[in-house]
Amino acid sequence: MCGAPDQAVALPPGTDLTKEIVLTGRVVAAGQPVAGAFVRLLDGTGEFTAEVVTSASGDFRFFAAPGTWTLRALSRSGNGEASVTVDGPGLHRIEVAVAVAVAAT
Amino acid sequence: MSREDVLVTTDWAEKNLGTDGIVFVEVDEDTTAYDGGHLPGAVKISWTTELQDPVRRDIVDKEQFEQLLSAKGIGNDDLVVLYGGNNNWFAAYAYWEFTLYGHANIKLLDGGRKKWELDGRTLTTDVAEPAATTYTAQDADLSIRAFRDEVVAAIDAKNLVDVRSPDEFSGKILAPAHLPQEQSQRPGHIPSAINIPWSKAANEDGTFRSDEELAKLYGDAGFDDGRATIAYCRIGERSSHTWVVLHELLGYSDVKNYDGSWTEYGSLIGVPIELGAGR
Repeated sequence: MCGAPDQAVALPPGTDLTKEIVLTGRVVAAGQPVAGAFVRLLDGTGEFTAEVVTSASGDFRFFAAPGTWTLRALSRSGNGEASVTVDGPGLHRIEVAVAVAVAAT
Repeated sequence: MSREDVLVTTDWAEKNLGTDGIVFVEVDEDTTAYDGGHLPGAVKISWTTELQDPVRRDIVDKEQFEQLLSAKGIGNDDLVVLYGGNNNWFAAYAYWEFTLYGHANIKLLDGGRKKWELDGRTLTTDVAEPAATTYTAQDADLSIRAFRDEVVAAIDAKNLVDVRSPDEFSGKILAPAHLPQEQSQRPGHIPSAINIPWSKAANEDGTFRSDEELAKLYGDAGFDDGRATIAYCRIGERSSHTWVVLHELLGYSDVKNYDGSWTEYGSLIGVPIELGAGR
């Protein structure tokens, strides 16, 4: 989706996107943003790197290095993950869809 | 010390909210998290402005700690249950600091704020206003706090456990990936340190792994249980999490937290630094 930059993900003052790799995006459940989800950044080996909580608009942000990353989200609306490979500075957007696992009945 | 002496479950916490003699204290990395909702009756302590001296680069001293706990309505005999966001990083830091000043009746909410929220339990925005107490602290117990000179002396002599992420350990990045990489000190790690990221000690929901899993984790990573231990990270909060694991859950007696950690060590003139994946 194109449009104006989302102010909810305004970068900290001084962030230099010609030098920093920023991974940003939104956690969604059935297309709706999920606030208060826990998003874990895992490196290429699956190792935990960092964790943040999504904003009211479901947004998250990490500062990272070149490589392949997995974003794993935990929430009351279920869990899910997405991965991204980045090779240089800039803003990289990722959407993570979560869903409740089908429970045994 | 057993697990029950150190941790309480979210079930236990919910049943014990509002009980006389039990004070729930929230300590978050995000110091605004409490304002958006917290456990009913819990008081807030800010790690940036209340657990650290506002001027000197240090934790608060004994008198400041006494003033803080008195103002928060915590009595010497109260059971303090600490919890916080980001897998209890700063709640563990507070746990270590409370222990340092002699408050023995203390527990961590296993899983912290994350587990509480994922459980769908109640949060309130009502701010607790407890009556002040007159709290008396003990002198700082330096058997659990390491300073820079003893860290340098511990190279090849003690277990140095670097609990940062592998990329911070190797020197690829200087800070956790959810923070801007603005630090200017040198990257790397203390020579002879083993890298056991704090996160390996926790489950995805923020609870601690079982004692058996923890013992295997450290054993497999080359932790020598016949040696004294110093844990460090970037600013001493993640290593507090590991200090809780090693000293409180696994029961090793000689474990210190180096709260100066990499921000201090990586800025010192002349100390040895190792880059790369280590040994």
